[in-house]
Amino acid sequence: MDNNEELKKFMLKKVADITEFPEGAYNLRVDGVGVKRQNSENVQIVPKEDKSGIDIFIKENSPKQVVYIPVLIMNGGINDLVYNDFHIGQNSEVVIVAGCGIHNHTEHNSEHNGIHTFYVGKNAKVTYVEKHYGHGENIGKKVLNPVTTVYLDENATMNMDSTQMEGVDYAIRTTKGQLKAGATFVVNEKILTQNNQFANSIFNVELIGKQASTKIVSRAVAKDESKQEFHSNVSGNCECFGHIECDAILTDKANIIAVPQISALSADARLIHEATIGKIAGAQLEKLLTLGLSEKEAEDFIIKGFLS
Amino acid sequence: MLRIEHLSYEVNNENILNDINFEFKKGKFYVITGHNGAGKSSLAKCLMGLNKSKGKIYLDDVDIAEMAVDERAKLGMGFAFQQPATFKGIRVVDLLKINKKPLKEYEQILNKVGLSAKEYLFREVNNTLSGGELKRLELATVLNRDLKVGIFDEPEAGIDLWSFGNLSQVFNEFKSSERTTIVISHQERVMNLADEIILMKDGQILKSGKKEDILPLLNI
Ligand SMILES: Nc1ncnc2c1ncn2[C@@H]1O[C@H](COP(=O)(O)OP(=O)(O)OP(=O)(O)O)[C@@H](O)[C@H]1O
Ligand SMILES: [Mg+2]
Repeated sequence: MDNNEELKKFMLKKVADITEFPEGAYNLRVDGVGVKRQNSENVQIVPKEDKSGIDIFIKENSPKQVVYIPVLIMNGGINDLVYNDFHIGQNSEVVIVAGCGIHNHTEHNSEHNGIHTFYVGKNAKVTYVEKHYGHGENIGKKVLNPVTTVYLDENATMNMDSTQMEGVDYAIRTTKGQLKAGATFVVNEKILTQNNQFANSIFNVELIGKQASTKIVSRAVAKDESKQEFHSNVSGNCECFGHIECDAILTDKANIIAVPQISALSADARLIHEATIGKIAGAQLEKLLTLGLSEKEAEDFIIKGFLS
Repeated sequence: MLRIEHLSYEVNNENILNDINFEFKKGKFYVITGHNGAGKSSLAKCLMGLNKSKGKIYLDDVDIAEMAVDERAKLGMGFAFQQPATFKGIRVVDLLKINKKPLKEYEQILNKVGLSAKEYLFREVNNTLSGGELKRLELATVLNRDLKVGIFDEPEAGIDLWSFGNLSQVFNEFKSSERTTIVISHQERVMNLADEIILMKDGQILKSGKKEDILPLLNI
């Protein structure tokens, strides 16, 4: 039991960078059940009645709030599906730290499907941090399929930092956005796959209001025999700005397919996409070798920096 | 200290370096010069193991010709590239930290090459740095190590005139009776620092000696 508590702490540190729950609002979900919850003056967390999940309400005009909603799966054979809706009042500012860790040391697969929908009010500012992590050595797979849908009202801003660290065997990561006038959606995604892992990252962002803008930067590293896909589509039907950048490093026998798509439905839409995939640059390795690092150390050093 | 015997280097069956013999002595400062394409960088890379060459290379009488680059680095060889690499997500301090030292020393080394630590220590080593800044940083990463043999491939190229006085000072400090300095350069100002100048042509050493003996040959 104690061991399990230690492991939970370790996992919580990995996915939410906390060792205990700070003051303020939080919700901890373990193995498909909400186990700990706290509200604050400006943040109400309400369990859903019709399905699994929570509604999170941030009051209008709230000064900066921090909310933790980590999810842990500590066993094999679990298939967790959860719907979390975030209602962010206008003019408020909030940092939401999500993140999901699966510890699975069994022969059975465990899976978490987090369906997160954000309704962000006018002028509100959201920072959303999400880390995914898998732990455990047995053949049971750790599967994480997040679906994040973001509705940004006028002049709202959302910065999303999404990281998939080691240990996730299979992931389909879907992010959708719809931006009204003046709204800004910035995504920084980092994904590392190794062994036989697979990750597919799908973005679909619609810019539907004047001066809406999005920037999606995805950095991916695929090692060993892992495979990754990156599909993104940014469309704009008005004066707006969109930029997709996919930058990937491959080692060993890994594969990456990147399909960045941009759809300008108005002459005033300004959309850019860039995708670069390649192995580690020879010049970088050579430099580090001359500083005394072995080839393996140099590779790790470069990848760590690239994903930092 | 560093001796090469019958060193040759070829790419696609074409000879780039041709049967070179030379001994770099301990405590001496060498400048390698010669026209573009003469083989200076190729030779320097062979010494460091970055090019796979034929022939013998002895460091303190140990044959290092078969050793990998990082093994040579661990024996105290260092190399400043003519064209420095850039990295995404890696900061100046991360590169310097590969050779563990107190932070203070990294600051001093950056100051030595004319970069203020305050401004550059936490900058990313990517292509937002100017050409000259990258060259200075390249120099710093090499000076940061404890070396027996320092090889510098055109360290002054792209560095403004600050500059030259400062750079001379850097090399004068680096110069020691315990180590060998090899600098590739086209600049007479750098040659003034040298104990011996090596003139390369068509993949060979045409002549080595004092500046007065070498400079007249440069028009050949
Ligand atoms: N990997 C390679 N493949 C093909 N040719 C090469 C390769 N490396 C070197 N060379 C050729 O060998 C010759 C010597 O090149 P090197 O870079 O050593 O010249 P250098 O003396 O350093 O010139 P510079 O003063 O321009 O730096 C050049 O003609 C160059 O094109
Ligand atoms: Mg050269």
